[in-house]
Amino acid sequence: MSLQALTYVVVGLTFALYIGIAFWSRAHNTGDFYIAGKGVSPIANGMATAADWMSAASFISMAGLIAFLGYDGSVYLMGWTGGYVLLALLLAPYLRKFGKFTVPEFIAERYYSRTARIVAVICLIFISFTYVAGQMRGVGIVFSRFLEVEVTVGLIIGMGVVFVYAVLGGMKGITYTQVAQYCVLIFAYTVPAVFIAIQITGNPIPQLAFGSEITGTGTSLLDKLDDIVTSLGFNQYTSGSKSRIDVFCITMALMVGTAGLPHVIVRFFTVPKVRDARLSAGYALFFIAILYTTAPAVGSMARYNLINTIQPGEVGAVDGNLRYEQRPDWFRTWEQTGLVIFDDRNGDGRVQYYDDSNPDFAGQAAEYGWQGNELVVDRDIMVLANPEIAGLPDWVIALVAAGGIAAALSTAAGLLLVISAAVSHDLIKGIFVPDISETNELRAGRVAAAFAILIAGYLGFDPPGWVAQVVAFAFGLAAASLFPVILLGIFSKRVNREGAIAGMLTGLLFTYGYIEYFKGLFLKWAGAPWGDNVADQWLFGISPEGIGVVGMCLNFAVAVAVSARTSPPPERIQHMVEHIRVPRQLDSEWIDAKDPPR
Amino acid sequence: MHRDNRLAYWRANLRLLAICLCIWFVCSYAFGILLVEPLNTIRVGGFQLGFWFAQQGSIYLFVALIFFYAWRMNHIDKEHDVHED
Repeated sequence: MSLQALTYVVVGLTFALYIGIAFWSRAHNTGDFYIAGKGVSPIANGMATAADWMSAASFISMAGLIAFLGYDGSVYLMGWTGGYVLLALLLAPYLRKFGKFTVPEFIAERYYSRTARIVAVICLIFISFTYVAGQMRGVGIVFSRFLEVEVTVGLIIGMGVVFVYAVLGGMKGITYTQVAQYCVLIFAYTVPAVFIAIQITGNPIPQLAFGSEITGTGTSLLDKLDDIVTSLGFNQYTSGSKSRIDVFCITMALMVGTAGLPHVIVRFFTVPKVRDARLSAGYALFFIAILYTTAPAVGSMARYNLINTIQPGEVGAVDGNLRYEQRPDWFRTWEQTGLVIFDDRNGDGRVQYYDDSNPDFAGQAAEYGWQGNELVVDRDIMVLANPEIAGLPDWVIALVAAGGIAAALSTAAGLLLVISAAVSHDLIKGIFVPDISETNELRAGRVAAAFAILIAGYLGFDPPGWVAQVVAFAFGLAAASLFPVILLGIFSKRVNREGAIAGMLTGLLFTYGYIEYFKGLFLKWAGAPWGDNVADQWLFGISPEGIGVVGMCLNFAVAVAVSARTSPPPERIQHMVEHIRVPRQLDSEWIDAKDPPR
Repeated sequence: MHRDNRLAYWRANLRLLAICLCIWFVCSYAFGILLVEPLNTIRVGGFQLGFWFAQQGSIYLFVALIFFYAWRMNHIDKEHDVHED
C-alpha cells in the first residue's frame, strides 16, 4: 500500500474512533453536553484537558522550532508547562468555588459591571482568534503534505474539515472523545521518537537518549550537534542567541498566558470539587509533560538527521554535500508543498545548507566555493518530516499525520466553542438581546465560529510567524488582559470595577498594538507591520512574543492605581471574595464580621 | 472565632503559595535562564546542567510541585475545618 493510501486509512480509522465514541457517550448522557468531566475520574479529565490544550503548535511546530533554535526553544517548553503551576495554585480552585461557566461571567460578577463583561469578551475574542489563526496554518501544513498539494490548497481543505468537525458536529465537550484524541496524539508523537532514539543512540527513552552517546562514537548527541552546527556557521545548539531579557519575558508571557487562556480555565469550572480542581491541573500537566519532555529530544535528533542527510561528507569537501539528483523521497514530496525549497546558487548540483547571515562564517563559505544557503526548510514541517528523514516504516509516518490532525482539531474545536459561547452567551444573550430564543442563540454561536474560521484561514495564508510564534502572541494577549484582573479579583478585595476595566483595556491595547506594529496581525491589509522587527527597535529589547509581560505589569499597575482613587467595591462583593477563598460553603455567620478591605 | 479561623486559613494558604512560587521561579527562571551559563559548566551524563533544567528538569519539577501543593492544601483545609463534605 502506498504511503498516501495508508495515511487515509489511519486518519480514517482514528476519525471513526472519535465519532464512534461521541455517539456512544451521547446516547448515555445527552443532558450534560457542556459539562465535561462530571463523574469522570480526574485521570481521564486530565487526559482530556491535555488533548484540549496540546494543539498544532505543541504537536507539529514546537519540536521543529526547538530543532532550529536549540536552547532558545526552551522558552516554549518552560512557558507552556510552568503556566499550569500558576493555574493550579492561583486560579483554578477559586474559580471552581465561584462556580460559573465562562470567564466573562466571573468578571461581570466580581466587578459588578456589564461594561467589564463586554471588555472581557473583547479580550477573549482577540485571544481566541489569534490562537485559532495559529492552528489553521498547522492544519494546512498537515493536509498539504498528505494530499500532496500546495500549502494554500491544504489550508482551504483544512478549513472545511474544521468547519464540519467543530461547527456542525459539535463534538467538543465529550470527555471520552478527547481522551481518545490524547491517546492517538501521544502515541503518534512518542513512537517515532523512540524509533529514532534507538537508531541514533541505542537508548529507547527519548528523554535520556538526547543526552546519550551516539552509537559507535565516544561523543554525546548534544556535543556532536554543537560541533556540526557550528562548523556550518550556525549558533551553538546548547546556547542561545536571544538576549536574556527576551528569553525571560517570552517564558513569562507564555506561562502567565497559559493561566489566562479562557478555553483552559473553563475546564476547571466544571470539576466536581475544589480539591479536584487542584488535582486535575496536576494530572493535566503530567500528561502534557510526556509530550513536552519528548519534544526537545525530537528536536535535537531531527536537526542531527537533517544535517547528516544534507551534509553526509566532510564540510567544505567538494563531494561533502548531497547531490540534488540523489535527494531522498521526503525531499521530493515536501518540495511539492512549497515548504522545502532548493535553489542551486553556485550551480554545482549539490545542496549546501549553512548560515549565510553569519558574517564570521562568510569568508570560510567563500573558500568552500559556496555562494549562499541553498536550502530553505520550513520549521513547521520538521515533526512531520522527521520519521521520513529517519527512514521509518510508512505506518509510523501515517500515524504522525493522524496525531497532528487530532492535535489541531481538538484545540480548534475547543477554541471555536469558546468563541461561539462568548458571542452568543455573553454578548448577545447576556447583554444585547436577553430574551433571544435558544435556537437563535445557537445559530449566532455557529455564525461566530464560521466567521472565526474565515479570519483564521485568511491569517493562515500569510502568517505573521511560525505556528508556535503566532500562538505565542495569543498567550501574550491573555497574559496582558485577562490574567491580572482574574488574579486581583481573588486576591484583592479592594480592586473595583473602574480599576478592572481600565486595566484590561490598557493591557490589551498596549500588547495588541505592539504586536501589530512589529509583526502585523489582523491589519496586514492596512499596511501593518509598520516597524522594523529588530532587537534595537524593541522596547527594552523585548520581542513581540514577550511583550505581554510588559502589558501585564501595566494592567496590574493601572488596575490598582485607578481602584485606589475610586470607591471600594460594595460589601456584597467583598463577601463574595471571602466565599471564593474557602472550599466549604460558608453560612452567613462566617462572613458577618466586618473586615477592612485589603 | 470564625473570622480568626478564616484569616488564619488564608494566611496559611498564602504562606504555602509563597513557598511553592519560590520553587517554581528558582527551577525555571533561575536555573534555566538566569544561571544557565554557570550551570552549563556542570555536566550530568551527556547534558549540560543548565540546558537540562531549561528543557527537562523544570518540567518534572512543575508536575511534582502541583501535586505537592494539592496534597499540602488538602491538609490545611482539614486543619482549619474548611474542607468540603
